[in-house]
Amino acid sequence: MVKVIIDDIEVEVEPGTTILNAARQIGGDVVPPAMCYYSKLQGSGGKCRTCLVEVAAGSTADPRPMPKLVASCSTPVMDGMIVKNKTSERVYDNRAAVTEFLLINHPLDCPICDQAGECHLQDLGFEHGKEGTRYEEKRRTFDPIDIGDKIKLHMNRCILCYRCVYVANQLTDKRVHGIMHRGDHAEISTYIEQAIDNDFSGNVIDVCPVGALTDKTFRFKSRVWFLKPMEASCECTKCAGKAVVWMFGDEIYRVTGRKDKYGEIEDIDGKTAWICNECRFDKKDKSQWNIEGPRVINRHSVIAQNQYLVDERIESKKLN
Amino acid sequence: MQENWTHKMSISVTHNSTDQAEPQFSAEKMVEVQRFINHYPEGKQKSALMRILHLAEEEFGGWLSVPTMNYVAGLLNIQPIEVYEVATFYTMFNIEKPGKVVLEVCRTGPCMLVGSDQIIEHIENKLDIKVGQTSADGMFTLKTAECLGACGYGPMLQCGKHYHEHLTPAKVDELLDTLRKEHSDK
Amino acid sequence: MGRKLLLEHIDVPGIETFEVYRKNGGYRSVEKALKTMSPQNVVEEVQASGLRGRGGAGFPTGMKWSFLAKPEGVPRYLLCNADESEPGTFKDRYLMEKIPHLLVEGMIVSSYALGCNQSYIYIRGEYMWVLEIVEKAIAEAYANGFLGKNILGSGYDLDLAIAPGGGAYICGEETALIESLEGKRGNPRIKPPFPAVRGLWGCPTVVNNVESIAAVVPIVNDGGAEYAKIGIGKSTGTKLISACGNLVKPGVYEIELGITVEEFIYSDEWCGGIANGKKIKACVPGGSSVPILPANLITKTAEGVDRLMSYEGLAEGGFASGSMLGSGGFIVFDEDQCIVRNTWNFARFYAHESCGQCSPCREGTGWMEKVLRRLENGQGHMHDIDLLAEINKKIEGNTICPLGDAAAWPVAAAIRHFREEFEWHVTHPDEAVKRNFGIASNHMPLV
Ligand SMILES: Cc1cc2nc3c(=O)[nH]c(=O)nc-3n(C[C@H](O)[C@H](O)[C@H](O)COP(=O)(O)O)c2cc1C
Ligand code: SF4
Ligand code: SF4
Ligand code: FES
Repeated sequence: MVKVIIDDIEVEVEPGTTILNAARQIGGDVVPPAMCYYSKLQGSGGKCRTCLVEVAAGSTADPRPMPKLVASCSTPVMDGMIVKNKTSERVYDNRAAVTEFLLINHPLDCPICDQAGECHLQDLGFEHGKEGTRYEEKRRTFDPIDIGDKIKLHMNRCILCYRCVYVANQLTDKRVHGIMHRGDHAEISTYIEQAIDNDFSGNVIDVCPVGALTDKTFRFKSRVWFLKPMEASCECTKCAGKAVVWMFGDEIYRVTGRKDKYGEIEDIDGKTAWICNECRFDKKDKSQWNIEGPRVINRHSVIAQNQYLVDERIESKKLN
Repeated sequence: MQENWTHKMSISVTHNSTDQAEPQFSAEKMVEVQRFINHYPEGKQKSALMRILHLAEEEFGGWLSVPTMNYVAGLLNIQPIEVYEVATFYTMFNIEKPGKVVLEVCRTGPCMLVGSDQIIEHIENKLDIKVGQTSADGMFTLKTAECLGACGYGPMLQCGKHYHEHLTPAKVDELLDTLRKEHSDK
Repeated sequence: MGRKLLLEHIDVPGIETFEVYRKNGGYRSVEKALKTMSPQNVVEEVQASGLRGRGGAGFPTGMKWSFLAKPEGVPRYLLCNADESEPGTFKDRYLMEKIPHLLVEGMIVSSYALGCNQSYIYIRGEYMWVLEIVEKAIAEAYANGFLGKNILGSGYDLDLAIAPGGGAYICGEETALIESLEGKRGNPRIKPPFPAVRGLWGCPTVVNNVESIAAVVPIVNDGGAEYAKIGIGKSTGTKLISACGNLVKPGVYEIELGITVEEFIYSDEWCGGIANGKKIKACVPGGSSVPILPANLITKTAEGVDRLMSYEGLAEGGFASGSMLGSGGFIVFDEDQCIVRNTWNFARFYAHESCGQCSPCREGTGWMEKVLRRLENGQGHMHDIDLLAEINKKIEGNTICPLGDAAAWPVAAAIRHFREEFEWHVTHPDEAVKRNFGIASNHMPLV
């Protein structure tokens, strides 16, 4: 085990653990925001640069500070490392800049976006964004398109975290979408008109941190905060059948995987409980599910605040 | 003012798979393809992708249509999307059908210092097109390129595998005439 | 005349053929290394030579080689970086085009030193005709027993192949080059792990510039100590400088590191002065990524000492009043050139070449390009100038690969040294639109 100090809190972790995961073991606001890293997707991270932290001391063996901020999601801890996240002004300053970069070409269409209320970019903007914009140029725009009859792509909102590409690579046997072009013209696309259709392809919706990939079967547009999330399970031959059904009265409006406080699909019995497309898109009848009880949703997204049951475990941690 | 990219929005819907007949390398070219693949260890045949795409462009009309890319994907036993991703990343690959002759004028700093702007303007006027467009007769497509590694010999343009350096408007006129002659019967 | 180690035989007719090259002493280093030296001996000679990477970063080649991991049973790879796309740089092309066997020879001894049995030369796709020249040289080397199995009866096997790029500056970055060689998009990898540990197909890999590899040939022939005698201080040996812009004689020159900048620009042996009898306004001495120097800081440092053509000499004064040797792309601006236009041009280059993977570079380079374009076209505001400075500070150091820094530095330096000219573009929008020539003879005082 190696010892590392993050924002003056000491934690012992397995060697090879990243700074971000060490911070997650501490919890609370010591945890840097991660827009592209997704612990269940191999190779993810390093791209968005929101998780940058300051390393005030590299290790006991070499206590020199690191000159640049480092991506906490992809930098392993060293014994005796001292990390500053919320205690570093430099980190906050740069995170504000990254937030600004992510927003300059963003359409800021939250009022009409399905992700509003559970969007990680909203969270980030709320915590690190500045008021107003210094961006006077034309925003980059794309038309929304259907990728098959189940998934809608609003490329305007995409932050190019690559998570959906990793999902397609790691969960499905044949990837049909990817990143086209490069630079600020890079875009998620299937290139030719083509449906993303595979038993597990719907998971691209669950991993998307923003409203770029959304569920077209999400019935009757509704704000997520008007819906009641319920833990539910079903007998499924393709997946574990453990999901969250989002209800309005007796009706199921949509089905998602069970996400933890970092927006990542939870492990159930040691395996990440990705749900299959049938569970996600086709089981919209209450009789198809065994409703287990209300889902505890932690505070997430400004608009959603106070709308859900609050995860007390997290709240209590935040106090100390 | 020159836009630095012609912005294609939502390319996904602009390409369909029926825009060209099924391509096929000749037996002779297949030997080449095999040679490129043999440069790499067993199972790493994807590494030959770029080399084969260059060849495919040469062989199949100067651009990479969807059938061409699918064909190459098949040759290398990879998914078509892996080819689309690569073809759109690298600017040398034409993913839209260009004119018979593609002129790529270097527009970067060192060339600009010695007059590439004037060369671009001259060609635009001469062919009555703007950068990114193809002349009405379908002969010339004018593009700009970033630094082509001929900074000391600018202004310059690339046409196929050839570099034309130390350009002047007069030299450009001469070049256009030659190219037109070379390609008009094809 | 300074000593020539790489270009000594460049003017010999037919030097691009194996026969002529061999007659002029070619492939001696292969004979010497394979017959009389252990791989470790070669590495030691390179270390002793003090050779520093000629691709831009100037990292000691011998040291880089010593970092290469050597796990049992895992192949190692040497990749030659011939992606040469840094604006102002065209030396590698010159070398490969004129004397391709020098690179092939360098690849053989270097691969031997590193224990590689398969090496690749990654050439930018635009250099397709150069690729054909080098490929021909490789075929000749095979035919003459310098490549393939059991080279010169030494028991050492080496295969050498070429991979083309497809038009992407970013593939000059080592890990992007590796990705590209694997047939993928040129997205740089997150480091660590470094290529020396996990590179091509997950195996230990060394990436070196064309010129660095070529320099190994004279180092092996004459010994590292002999090579180290040339040059000045830690800048040993000779360097190819590709000079361009408003010069009387632009071109590729091999200089002994340590000659003065004054001599290089103005002497007839080299660039022959500024074209058309004009005065010099600025100079970007090491490829577009390095800070621009205003007229008063080119031939002299801020202390008034002669500036030298060396890693340390060009960097003298740090970012405040110095620059870098970089890749040796030496770009000279005459008094009529517009710094704002050029800064915009470079910003456009970086925006065009960003791979788009990380947000500060993807969004920041595009943003800077747009702001600069407005300024250049007379639609700028005073606050844009500070905004630019602010954006580039937030890109610098926050990205996955150094392209972010490379995009930020030229803008920062241009504003640092030519702020007045940016302001002039705001206060004189009509003139700024009308013509691109800058304020005549801007010899700015030191800030
Ligand atoms: C964006 C970028 C572009 C680069 N382009 C080149 C290039 O075209 N040629 C080159 O030799 N090195 C280039 N480099 C430097 C390489 O990453 C690497 O340092 C070099 O190939 C190492 O070789 P050397 O040690 O022999 O210089 C580039 C680096 C970056 C960050
Ligand atoms: S669509 Fe969503 S998941 Fe995919 S790259 Fe964009 S933001 Fe990430
Ligand atoms: S800095 Fe730019 S070029 Fe480098 S990885 Fe990030 S986006 Fe790509
Ligand atoms: S979460 Fe670390 S860079 Fe995106």
